[in-house]
Amino acid sequence: MLIRHAPDLKPSEITPKDIYLNRRTLLAGAAAGFAGIAAPGALAAPLAAAPSPFSTDEKKTSLRDVTTYNNFYEFGTDKDDPHKNAGPLTTKPWTVKIDGLVGKPGDYGLEDILKTVTLEERIYRMRCVEGWSMVIPWVGFSLAELIKRAEPQGSAKYVAFETLVRPSEMSGQASLYKILDWPYREGLRLDEAMNPLTILAVGLYGETLPNQNGAPLRLVVPWKYGFKGIKSIVRISLTEKEPPSTWNLSQPSEYGFYANVNPAVDHPRWSQATERRIGEGGGLFVKRRPTLLFNGYAEQVASLYSGMDLKKFY
Amino acid sequence: MADTAKRLSNAPAPPRGAAAPGTAKRLTSALQRVPVWLVYAVGFIPAVAYFALGVMDELGADPMKVLERELGEWALIFLIAGLCVTPLRQLLGLSLLRFRRALGLLAFWYVTLHLVTYLVLDQGLDWAAIWADIVKRPYITIGMASFVLLVPLALTSNNASIRRLGAQAWNRLHTLVYLAAAGGALHYLLVVKSWPLEPLIYAAIIATLLAWRGWRRIAKPAGARAARA
Repeated sequence: MLIRHAPDLKPSEITPKDIYLNRRTLLAGAAAGFAGIAAPGALAAPLAAAPSPFSTDEKKTSLRDVTTYNNFYEFGTDKDDPHKNAGPLTTKPWTVKIDGLVGKPGDYGLEDILKTVTLEERIYRMRCVEGWSMVIPWVGFSLAELIKRAEPQGSAKYVAFETLVRPSEMSGQASLYKILDWPYREGLRLDEAMNPLTILAVGLYGETLPNQNGAPLRLVVPWKYGFKGIKSIVRISLTEKEPPSTWNLSQPSEYGFYANVNPAVDHPRWSQATERRIGEGGGLFVKRRPTLLFNGYAEQVASLYSGMDLKKFY
Repeated sequence: MADTAKRLSNAPAPPRGAAAPGTAKRLTSALQRVPVWLVYAVGFIPAVAYFALGVMDELGADPMKVLERELGEWALIFLIAGLCVTPLRQLLGLSLLRFRRALGLLAFWYVTLHLVTYLVLDQGLDWAAIWADIVKRPYITIGMASFVLLVPLALTSNNASIRRLGAQAWNRLHTLVYLAAAGGALHYLLVVKSWPLEPLIYAAIIATLLAWRGWRRIAKPAGARAARA
């Protein structure tokens, strides 16, 4: 496999080889996955990242499962569609427009952003609204770092995000049958966005993000259902009003703005009390585990919602 | 499946609008040579294949879901195939009646395997969770009801039952398949997020096949209906 280093990475930013190799052996089980699976088209480059106290020590979902089982409707609705179809997506150069209620609006090149932030490895649980979950070692930086840099104004209360619209490279957007209203949109309350758990991810398993996982830049909010984790972000706007979000627009009675993981608040059509951890159990045999309030991150985020009726603000 | 054996023996004269009766006739007689057991043998290939792939862990990251969904889809495919038998004869003069029981029973077995997958592999026989699903989740309620509707049809899919019930009562009983097919289509639509195409296509095909029967019933002169009864 051809591994090219991203041109924007200075040699000093790349982990020394011995540490890198050592880290690889530490990633037991995952190493096997590296050989051939790093996804077609994705020129995976190693990323240096500091460990984080927010990481879980639960068993990580294999690289193969993390990169072949995805919801990314811009590339099709089947779980393996993004893996099969996301190859052609050009992620370099990449610009993120930051606008709205900020002191420094503008088009920010991803390479410039990456020069000013600290990359960390965050091993987070990911719970999909469909009832399955994974444990994913993301590489990313705190969203708060980027927002602070844009100097939010006092009136800003929410953060809105948009995904790229490029039907020529995103087969799902080119389809005559429009499954969702593009661009995919998501939003967070500003305090949620500034919470230290909230990151913008640029990699996983120590390398740059494969396209199907939302390259080159995606949101990760581990206490919310996976659909909040908007992928391939091209715009971040600070707003005064709650911004629209794609699934909420699509089916408002089923997908709320908050979408906090909550075993006590069922999806109208299915239970959220338990989840299938992908890869656990082996083969056809599924081991269900109880779903945790705020996906197990209550200690860090429950205070954001004190006094709120979580059944009403689902 | 509401056609009587009697009606078949009445062999309706060349159907209206039959495209090429000669071809249909030749095809029908060629199909006479295909043994019914072959339909079963071929029909069970997908179930065996998906189960084998699942055991070998070749169904991707969430193999149980793939197995569950594929068994459900094949159940719909066999239901649709069974429902096509009558319109094919009426429209093209092609008789597949010999195979209809096999198609119906294959549909029933696929629904059963789909249900067993849900009960055993998906829910791990957690009866409290399963019961909660049945009473609280319309798509599970509808799916389960469709299965229950198919049980008496499967149990009476034999010549002895037709003799015992009489062709007319047997036919009336087997109109339940319409309800089961509609339930199956709705069940699929309700299980997915948003409106992906696949469940919509199954629903459209089943709706068309049911509407065809409804239309025939309305359009048919009263006299013909009386003769049929």
